[in-house]
Amino acid sequence: SPSRRDAPISPSRRSIPSASNRSFTLRRDSFVSSSANLRAHAGGDLLVTVADFLTSCSADQIRMAPDKFLNVCRVLKNEVMQLNAPIRGIAPLRAAVRKIQTSSEQLTPLHAEYLMLCLLAKQYKAGLSVLEDDIFEVDQPKDLFLYCYYGAMIYIGLKKFRKALELLHNAVTAPMSSLNAITVEAYKKYVLVSLIQSGQVPSFPKYTSSTAQRNLKNHTQIYVDLSTCYGTGSYSDLETFIQSNAEAFQTDNNFGLVKQVLSSMYKRNIQRLTQTYLTLSLEDIASSVQLNTPKEAEMHVLRMIEDGEIHATINQKDGMVSFNEDPEQYKSSEMVEHIDSSIQRLMALSKKLTSIDQNISCDHAFLMKVQSGRERARFDYDDFDSVPHKYF
Amino acid sequence: MDVDCEVSAAAAAAVTNGLGGGEQAAAAPVSADQLDVEAYAAQYSGRTRVARLLFIAERCGVEAIQLEALRMAHDEARAREDTVLYLDAVLKINSRLGPRYRHDQAWVDSVNRRAEQRKEKLETELNGYRTNLIKESIRMGYNDIGDFFYAHGHLSEAFKSYIRTRDYCTTSKHIVQMCMHVILVSIELGQFAHVTNYVSKAEQTPDTLDAVIVAKLRAAAGLANLETKKYKLAARKFLETGPELGSNYSEVIAPQDVAVYGALCALASFDRSELKSKVIDNINFRNFLELVPEVRELVNDFYASRYGSCLEHLEKLKPNLLLDIHLREHLGTLYNDIRHKAIIQYTLPFISVDLNTMASAFKSSVSMLEKELAALITENKIQARIDSHNKILYARHADQRNATFQRALQTGNEFERDIKAMLLRANLIKHDFNQKNWPGQRKMNL
Repeated sequence: SPSRRDAPISPSRRSIPSASNRSFTLRRDSFVSSSANLRAHAGGDLLVTVADFLTSCSADQIRMAPDKFLNVCRVLKNEVMQLNAPIRGIAPLRAAVRKIQTSSEQLTPLHAEYLMLCLLAKQYKAGLSVLEDDIFEVDQPKDLFLYCYYGAMIYIGLKKFRKALELLHNAVTAPMSSLNAITVEAYKKYVLVSLIQSGQVPSFPKYTSSTAQRNLKNHTQIYVDLSTCYGTGSYSDLETFIQSNAEAFQTDNNFGLVKQVLSSMYKRNIQRLTQTYLTLSLEDIASSVQLNTPKEAEMHVLRMIEDGEIHATINQKDGMVSFNEDPEQYKSSEMVEHIDSSIQRLMALSKKLTSIDQNISCDHAFLMKVQSGRERARFDYDDFDSVPHKYF
Repeated sequence: MDVDCEVSAAAAAAVTNGLGGGEQAAAAPVSADQLDVEAYAAQYSGRTRVARLLFIAERCGVEAIQLEALRMAHDEARAREDTVLYLDAVLKINSRLGPRYRHDQAWVDSVNRRAEQRKEKLETELNGYRTNLIKESIRMGYNDIGDFFYAHGHLSEAFKSYIRTRDYCTTSKHIVQMCMHVILVSIELGQFAHVTNYVSKAEQTPDTLDAVIVAKLRAAAGLANLETKKYKLAARKFLETGPELGSNYSEVIAPQDVAVYGALCALASFDRSELKSKVIDNINFRNFLELVPEVRELVNDFYASRYGSCLEHLEKLKPNLLLDIHLREHLGTLYNDIRHKAIIQYTLPFISVDLNTMASAFKSSVSMLEKELAALITENKIQARIDSHNKILYARHADQRNATFQRALQTGNEFERDIKAMLLRANLIKHDFNQKNWPGQRKMNL
């Protein structure tokens, strides 16, 4: 029988021969040698066995030997990729993520792998269940970048551009000492999604690393040019630009997004019209937005009404569009609930922020730094008000 | 208000021109019979007369007036023995006016020789004074040299000489004199920062100043503000200019100009209450406005909401104003501002406005008016929306309550997003997030 020289298993557990226990030790020792051995040990269908294990293993035991567990997951992932059936890896990996996390706020290396499988299998909604948890703890930088990138792609697939932008923003503004390929790709998508969402690309906030600020634009020049072209407001110019650079966009796998950027320009121009006009003929809309025929204008307006992007009614007889005010009166009970839940959420967040702030004030390293700073330069006491003096 | 609904094509065209063709270097549409070059030039003296004549000749499209202006410029330059301006005039005349107006190098040379001699004499005198260390003489010596340079068109040297008198001024009268000289040269050099500087220097002298000098200083300050595009300040300065100015400052500005500049800048930048109190009820300024009855009319029209006739007056004045050396560059902007102000004021008291009526009041077409209104709405200068189907403009007042809810929810979202991102970043930094740790090192906090 396999020896038990590695992971220390507590005596209580040793005495209970549960199925998961046995499988665990079986797997564990398999990996002491090599993952190829797993095939020999498992016999039959590797995939089913591993999947079973992942779904039924005990979280506590897993956490005692995380590296090995991660290896198992990796094997699973490679297997489903080889079989070209990424969808089969989704459920087991999701279970695995939940088991290895110490809290729902923690980012694990599995997150990125899981999201990648969801993307390949086009199961975006499955990805949402993991993305909905906010991440506050990260150990490995590489995990974060990939997580943000894949997560953003899932949100883009679901057309939730605002959430995608949040993730891409984190990837672009994360502290880094040297540029990595993931950040560059993330920035490309960041530009495109910003244009779709708000019509402009915001400048780097001041907490962005200097590496990113200096170098990102050099590696993504056509995207920067695209955003400048977008800013001119001319549909035909933008179209020409996109067509002349189509190959580059295709290579980056961004052509679909770029096409969405192009159609967003019409939307933006039409939305601007709603601020100025109460009613406007389809002809005038077509000419002011640079469309070719009133029929096309009608189509665009119709689509925007359906997507809820504007409030309007089309009068086909007169060829007129009436722009209406947002009917939301903020009086319904749903709205009250929404506001109430937002308030609760924000209060919780605020509390969390305060507690983290307090923790840092008590942190040894921070106090050392503050104290040495105080000795080096004669600052005013007022500068350090927030530091509790009794800890010196 | 004009109820005349017929929009003549010419008026419409004139109005379209009024929308800002002032910057074109091409010839302005001059109604030749209106500009009397002689009368115009008679208002000014000194170098500015020649400069203005040359300016008119350059910008005016009608050859007759051009030649007239050039002829007068030539005669004036010759009389003043100013070779620089003389040569300029001759060049532009290009032998079109006959033998008397051809390039006379002999005359130029003799004038230059005499000027050289005078200059040497002045310089020796000045050196004499400087060795004698008599302040007053040195000051007068520099002044004389400054005057000499100015008369012969060497403006930067004149400027330097006048500046140097500053060290030798003993009374406030001297200082004021120096300031006036510097202002004069700076205006011609186009350095209006200096003008503003020296105007305030002159105004700060302890002695009370002569009313004429005060008026001159105000006019000069107004001019400086106009040229630096500070139209509101310019209007204020011109409106404060006392009637004592008269024609005492003809080497810079004529009283008619004060009226025109002041009125236009005021119309473009003042609101109604300021317009009434500072322009219409201003007794001092009335003296100036009497000199240009058309301008007085159009100010009154504007205040009485007779926008159509006001804009018509403006159009009539436009060709001549384009020939004004100081006003030309700013005319387009000023006219635009006045027109926009008129439109905004027109729509202000109403809940709804019929665009057809408005178009006839402004003597323009409905479609053009609609475009102008759309532009003003986009710039947030008018709170309204256009019903393009029925051609009505509806005032629109944002619902405060809804807007507040919307803003609150949005702020909440942004707060949430920013705080979460910040907490994440703090965590990254806390783990001494460093890409050097990438290969291999794997820590999972358990």
